[in-house]
Amino acid sequence: MLETVSKPGRLVSQEKQMQLRRRGITALLMVAPFLLIYLVFLIYPSLRVLQLSLTNADLTGQGQYVGLSNYARLLREPTFWTALLNTLYFILLTVIPNTLVGLGLALLVVRLKRLKGLVLACFFLPYVLPVSVVTNIWNWVLDSNFGIVNTLTHSTLAWFQDPVWAMPAVAFVTVWWTVGFNILLFIAGLQNIPPEIYEAAALDGASGFRLFRSITWPNLWPVTSLILLLQLIAQFKIFDQVYLLTSGGPFDKTLVLLLYSYREGFQQQHGGYASTIGVVLMVVILAASLLQVRVLNRGERA
Amino acid sequence: MTTISTARPARTVSPSVRLARLWGGVVTALTVLLAAVWVFPLYWAAVTSLKADNDTIANPPTFWPRPLDFSSYTYILQNSPLVRWYLNSIFTSLAVTVFVLLLSMLCAYALSQIDFRGRRWLYWLLLVGFMIPFQASLIPLFILINKMGLVNNFAGLILPQLAAPLAVVIYKQFFDQIPPELGDAARIDGAGEWRVLFSIFLPLNWSITVALAIVTFIAAWNNFLWPFIVLNDPPKLTIPVGITQVQSAYGVAYAKTMATAVTAALPTALAYLIFQRRVTEGVMATAGLK
Repeated sequence: MLETVSKPGRLVSQEKQMQLRRRGITALLMVAPFLLIYLVFLIYPSLRVLQLSLTNADLTGQGQYVGLSNYARLLREPTFWTALLNTLYFILLTVIPNTLVGLGLALLVVRLKRLKGLVLACFFLPYVLPVSVVTNIWNWVLDSNFGIVNTLTHSTLAWFQDPVWAMPAVAFVTVWWTVGFNILLFIAGLQNIPPEIYEAAALDGASGFRLFRSITWPNLWPVTSLILLLQLIAQFKIFDQVYLLTSGGPFDKTLVLLLYSYREGFQQQHGGYASTIGVVLMVVILAASLLQVRVLNRGERA
Repeated sequence: MTTISTARPARTVSPSVRLARLWGGVVTALTVLLAAVWVFPLYWAAVTSLKADNDTIANPPTFWPRPLDFSSYTYILQNSPLVRWYLNSIFTSLAVTVFVLLLSMLCAYALSQIDFRGRRWLYWLLLVGFMIPFQASLIPLFILINKMGLVNNFAGLILPQLAAPLAVVIYKQFFDQIPPELGDAARIDGAGEWRVLFSIFLPLNWSITVALAIVTFIAAWNNFLWPFIVLNDPPKLTIPVGITQVQSAYGVAYAKTMATAVTAALPTALAYLIFQRRVTEGVMATAGLK
């Protein structure tokens, strides 16, 4: 009696176990290709960079263990501090302006009834262009002799070769290129604010700037902080525009961390030392990312 | 005439509302003007590319090319490996797009729908990798690719671009929203996991797949730093890296430089203008807003 009851039960559980095992194998097959590439081309290099930073390796990866001497050299190297300060200066010139310009343009675009798609396309289009196209165009627009800007303003400034103006000019081009992304995110944020709040406030007699300060700005803060941090992380990795517009010049005035690492690694063959700069970059970006995760989680909880 | 003017309700509008409308009109006009200023550099590049070389530096500048001169385009197509770079870009960007979507979809499906050992650990690993910038480990990545003999090779260009966890996380979020009963019903009918993924889950996520495909393609096409480092052989270059070489070769021939820029900008610009809504969806998804 007991046996006949338990027998089909055991059969089912065995079949189920088989099924579970089969699903487990399928899962592994599905995960394996991505996981393999991920481990080999992302995780392994980011561990290897830590190890390389402790060696005097060249670009073949061969070198002796030298302890922390690369780090000690880095801290004594004025060029490193120049690159770090330039990177921070670039961040200062891009992150907040890009956010504010994005917000301002989003507010202008979102209130349009007709032409909305067209106007948004005008602001977003630069974002989908390759960086070298963007730099080519601005090299022409800001050309010191024949550029349209200097022709119209009767200026002879060589924007990307001027020690004072090179970095602001690169930052300006960056804002022009990337602000469309921020506009999109801000518009999404603006559309998420329930219109009832505005109606209620309007009934209370609030208008114009008051509405913006008391309703739009606080309700938009989660999106704003997201944008600020996305940019902070992105701009630490600045390389392309600087390399193409100024190559770090004049007099290292636009030399940024990644460009410094590139020079040391690929032009001077100092793989170990370049890795040390890479580690510094990684630590800084990881810190900013953790900050982002914390801020975003707080936004979700609220 | 008279009937129209009496029919207009404008007469009954109070002065303050009329002022607000006027103000609204002014702001709209300024917005449109600003948009025009914003795209002006693109217009200027296009106009310059259609001028004869010595007209580009005319003072005062002409804002409309007269006559239209296409010689810069025929010149660059005949005298630079532009077509070759185009084909390289199309091939590598398509390969990146297809593989990124396929690998991420498979990985995300398993993470979302199958309870296997190490699932939690794997998701945690993905989130960590999310924060790791590949730019920081450029040197070891190059050393690795070099050791594998993949420098100047499209495999060396493509493979590292597939190691992006972003698409996996986005797909997982979408798969998580599908009620598990849907998959279970198919499994009872005897469908395997692959079948469930491709005939139930994928069609339900078709719109995000298309959006991700377009955004991934644009990003792959525009990628600069890695192709710049891993490809050195001129015929192997992709468009964004290739055109930086042409520019220096032309010197002050602005019409030719701009013709090159316009040609290189065309695919992604057109992709955006045609698939505007999909691009927006994709951007939102990658920013974690959707």
